[in-house]
Amino acid sequence: MINALRDIHTVLWADLRVLRRHWLRTIATSLINPILYLLAFGYGLGRGITFWGYSYLDFVVPGIIALTTMTGSFNGAGSKLHVDRLFYKCFDEILMAPVSIFSIVMGKALAGVIRGIIGATALLLAGLMISPKIAASPMFLLFLLVLIISCFVFAFLGVLIAFIAKSHQDMNTFSNLILLPMTFLSGTFFALEGLPEILRIALHLLPLTHSSLCLRAAALNQPFPWYSLIALIGFGVAFFLGCILILKKTSV
Amino acid sequence: MKKVDNEVIVTEELSKRYSEIWAIKDLSLRVFSGEIFGFLGPNGAGKTTTIRILTTLTKPTSGCAWVNGFNVLEKPEKVRESIGVMQQHLSLDRDLTVRENMELRARLHHFEASERKRRIEELLDYVGLSEYADRSIEMLSGGLQRRAMVACSLIHKPKILFLDEPTVGLDAHTRRRMWDLIRRLNADGVTIFLTTHYIEEAEALCHRVGIIHLGQLIALGEPSELRRKMGLYTVVTVVENGNTFYKYFSGRDIATEYIKSLPSNVKAILVRESNLEDVFIELTGRGVSED
Ligand SMILES: Nc1ncnc2c1ncn2[C@@H]1O[C@H](COP(=O)(O)OP(=O)(O)OP(=O)(O)O)[C@@H](O)[C@H]1O
Ligand SMILES: [Mg+2]
Repeated sequence: MINALRDIHTVLWADLRVLRRHWLRTIATSLINPILYLLAFGYGLGRGITFWGYSYLDFVVPGIIALTTMTGSFNGAGSKLHVDRLFYKCFDEILMAPVSIFSIVMGKALAGVIRGIIGATALLLAGLMISPKIAASPMFLLFLLVLIISCFVFAFLGVLIAFIAKSHQDMNTFSNLILLPMTFLSGTFFALEGLPEILRIALHLLPLTHSSLCLRAAALNQPFPWYSLIALIGFGVAFFLGCILILKKTSV
Repeated sequence: MKKVDNEVIVTEELSKRYSEIWAIKDLSLRVFSGEIFGFLGPNGAGKTTTIRILTTLTKPTSGCAWVNGFNVLEKPEKVRESIGVMQQHLSLDRDLTVRENMELRARLHHFEASERKRRIEELLDYVGLSEYADRSIEMLSGGLQRRAMVACSLIHKPKILFLDEPTVGLDAHTRRRMWDLIRRLNADGVTIFLTTHYIEEAEALCHRVGIIHLGQLIALGEPSELRRKMGLYTVVTVVENGNTFYKYFSGRDIATEYIKSLPSNVKAILVRESNLEDVFIELTGRGVSED
């Protein structure tokens, strides 16, 4: 157990070194998208619209935070990993070392979690200025908990896709085919209630939908969708097991 | 256990197939403790595949291999503890410095902080990288990158070191420095398994050489032994249309006899001692040049 923790720390250590060198760039790149969304949708399109009796800004900030944790954790865990594995082959060196598969997966995922948390925190601070209701919500702690769980879910997904990808294109394809639709459709920018039944069901098969449902409910002090939290955790467990299985299969 | 005292690498009918092609086929060889073993073969011969199987990175399709007495399939973690590997391609983390890369390895091998520091300084000095320790990998020349890779692969004091084309792409001086480093390591007790497609490297550096061609081991022995088997003397003849032919003889006198018997349309004749390149060309060229 102690050994596993030490090995997780070792795997994470290398990524943190890199992060420390580029921390400013990391924060800047993880904030640019959400801030653009905030400006374009929150202030631009959404002015004067209300949802569930809230101003659109109050409504959209939790969604954009959900989105930021997704991209931050996914890319934070996956983008360097797939390059290291496919092109630089330095991931082989970690595979060869006397550390368990579990430690490798956790270490790599934590690198994503930390990126996700950095991005989400920066945005949360900005979001609190725009929409201070969030901190005032009695469910603020639950909000933070969901945030961290989301980071793990998408970090495991990033690790998994980085393990599966056979080329750089695979990584891009996944981003465009799965992440991008999730970005816009998973209840981030609008409520799912108005959508056709089929689409709504389909969207519930995507983890970001549950993440934004939970975050929004917690932020706006609405009835909390516990089933979504369970679904989110289910996604996390599934992605984690996927990582373990695929590493087991590929390594001797 | 499969190990006979000083046999540190044993393979038996090792084969690996990638869809249609056999990257290696029925490879059986032994490497002894304390030697520098050279695995010589042209591009695509199966050198890297062999190293990847021996270092537990790839599973064989059939056959078995033992490294340091441990079966690579049954006890991969034991194998990994006793070996160091330098991959064919730069496999260090390019976002980190030399020292950070070494520290990562040392941490992965569970060195305590103080021991880690000591070992890293010692190795930096050993491979002559002390002054470059804090440069990022990407800022180093090819030769220095290779030395950094050697340093990383030595962190945990492996008994066997696998070097996949350690000098490919290096200039003549840098290559010789790498040879010196390899010899020094060997003198310090490390068994070396290296691959190369440079014949002179195999001849200059290796105690024994295995020649691999199209996935099959076609010769195995000391360089001098291989030359003797083929013929210590080479007669090179160039005929009128410019084609060159090689013939090999065990003694200078027989070679001379042969020259006397040659027809008069031969333009040039040269007798010289055979080298490993002749062996290599002779063995790998069979079937290809027969047309
Ligand atoms: N992952 C793989 N998938 C499919 N084919 C492969 C794979 N790895 C190697 N091969 C094939 O197996 C054969 C042997 O390759 P290998 O890399 O072992 O050769 P090599 O002797 O190391 O060559 P080089 O000098 O170019 O490094 C080649 O034909 C190669 O195309
Ligand atoms: Mg190779």
